[in-house]
Amino acid sequence: MDFLITLVNGLSLGGIYAMIALGYTMVYGIAKMLNFAHGDIIMVGGYTILLFIPVNPVLAIVAAIVFCVIVGVTIERFAYKPLRGASPLAVLITAIGVSTLLQSLAQVIFGSAPKIQQINLGALQLGQLKIEISTIITLVCSVIVMVALHLFVKYTKVGRAMVAVSEDKGAAQLMGINVNFIIMITFAIGSALAALAGLFYFLKVQTMTTTFGALPGIKAFTAAVIGGIGSIPGAMVGGLLLGVVESICLSIPAISAYTDAIEFSILIIILLVKPTGLLGKKRREKV
Amino acid sequence: MAMLEVHDLEVNYGVIRAIKNISFEVNEGEIVTLIGANGAGKTTTMQSIVGLIPKKSGKVIFQGNDITKIPCHKIVHLGMTQVPEGRRIFQELTVYENLLMGAYSNKDNASLKSDLQTIYERFPRLAERKNQVAGTLSGGEQQMLAMGRALMSHPKLLMLDEPSMGLSPLLVDQVFEIIKDINKGGTTVLLVEQNAGKSLAISDRAYVLENGKIVLSGTGKELSESEMVRKAYLGG
Ligand SMILES: Nc1ncnc2c1ncn2[C@@H]1O[C@H](COP(=O)(O)OP(=O)(O)O)[C@@H](O)[C@H]1O
Ligand SMILES: [Mg+2]
Repeated sequence: MDFLITLVNGLSLGGIYAMIALGYTMVYGIAKMLNFAHGDIIMVGGYTILLFIPVNPVLAIVAAIVFCVIVGVTIERFAYKPLRGASPLAVLITAIGVSTLLQSLAQVIFGSAPKIQQINLGALQLGQLKIEISTIITLVCSVIVMVALHLFVKYTKVGRAMVAVSEDKGAAQLMGINVNFIIMITFAIGSALAALAGLFYFLKVQTMTTTFGALPGIKAFTAAVIGGIGSIPGAMVGGLLLGVVESICLSIPAISAYTDAIEFSILIIILLVKPTGLLGKKRREKV
Repeated sequence: MAMLEVHDLEVNYGVIRAIKNISFEVNEGEIVTLIGANGAGKTTTMQSIVGLIPKKSGKVIFQGNDITKIPCHKIVHLGMTQVPEGRRIFQELTVYENLLMGAYSNKDNASLKSDLQTIYERFPRLAERKNQVAGTLSGGEQQMLAMGRALMSHPKLLMLDEPSMGLSPLLVDQVFEIIKDINKGGTTVLLVEQNAGKSLAISDRAYVLENGKIVLSGTGKELSESEMVRKAYLGG
């Protein structure tokens, strides 16, 4: 019984990781860059929610999604797009700079003291099982989001164009695909998912700081690499796996203190056994 | 009437001058071939025409419009589609999805079903494998898919970069038959080939490219009879 709760909690946390991991992996697959500022978009979403939740919870969610999409697309347009074709190191350093910028701006606007906002949605009592409603909402929403994203990529023109661009930018252009537009869409989707992840992570920790996105960001990045960076199903599997592992570790007192260490060890072991990650494909070299 | 005019095209890779001031044209209805040895600059020419590789200088005119500075993804909308060297089909997508990508630029998709039907009739192998992931196709099937994908955009000018590369002799013949057939259907063709014999045989006109320069031009027949072409490209 306890294990069932651990599992549900783990899948719910994993759903959050998966939503963030999708942002990392899609941007990596399509723009071929590691967007280290992605975690900070979660923070932007968190503060937006905090700001609007006294007004109206639904408005808060919509505002967070819209604002995160605007921030994400703006960052891409002004920080990353001018660096198209530049060395990966220059892009990486820029992303780290953007991350610092976002955190500093948040500190200027909201101050450095943590903001606590209790949100209690109650719990569900099923016989001996007691599960937080927020956990269930998180799990259900993340599953819906993942299914929707899968359908979008598989069955829409723009979704298929995303796969085409991630595989071969030049050939995609020859088909008439505007690569810059597809990259913009990718950042928009990744940022919207980050906003949702910010909402659910906030429901979980109920505390906002300027580094709110750092821990889920690095965990989700780990999940994306475990699943195979660039692979959408990989990000989903990696996220859920990492969430369940984390939940199990935390439920066992003897090892709970080593949870983070265990998670990162799993990353190392998987990379040793399968360097491309669980579902990553080795790309053939292009000439 | 010239459908495609290339004037004084120059392309550099860093300090390497890959294309040195070449000019040529393709008239409506023709099959025109650029032949040349490996490294002569054929692919560079083809890809710089459509904007996949930046041009240093020169002018490209398509159907009377200057397209020199038009970005690559807009070219296909004008009616010029390229089957790139090495085919470059989307390996993770199915055959059907690859063909859909070929129709990406089409404004309305009213004719999508019949277009697919036409492609499947022309390439029955693709019909048999339409739900197969394209990366698992054989080299010949991949070339058929690359051509089918290009035809989905209804090109007025079809550019093919070494379509016979790496194929068995039987398939090579088949590919040249298909190109002839596409041309008969009213599509102008610009072909790049190392296989000079077969390509000259189906070409109205041809140009010989050497070290980034056009060194010879003429009708397909003239070039296949020329001493220089026979020596350098037809093995005697
Ligand atoms: N990406 C590149 N960077 C530098 N040099 C290149 C590149 N691509 C091609 N070249 C050079 O440009 C010349 C022409 O190449 P290419 O157009 O591929 O020839 P072809 O298609 O006739 O075999 C060659 O000397 C080749 O080495
Ligand atoms: Mg070539």
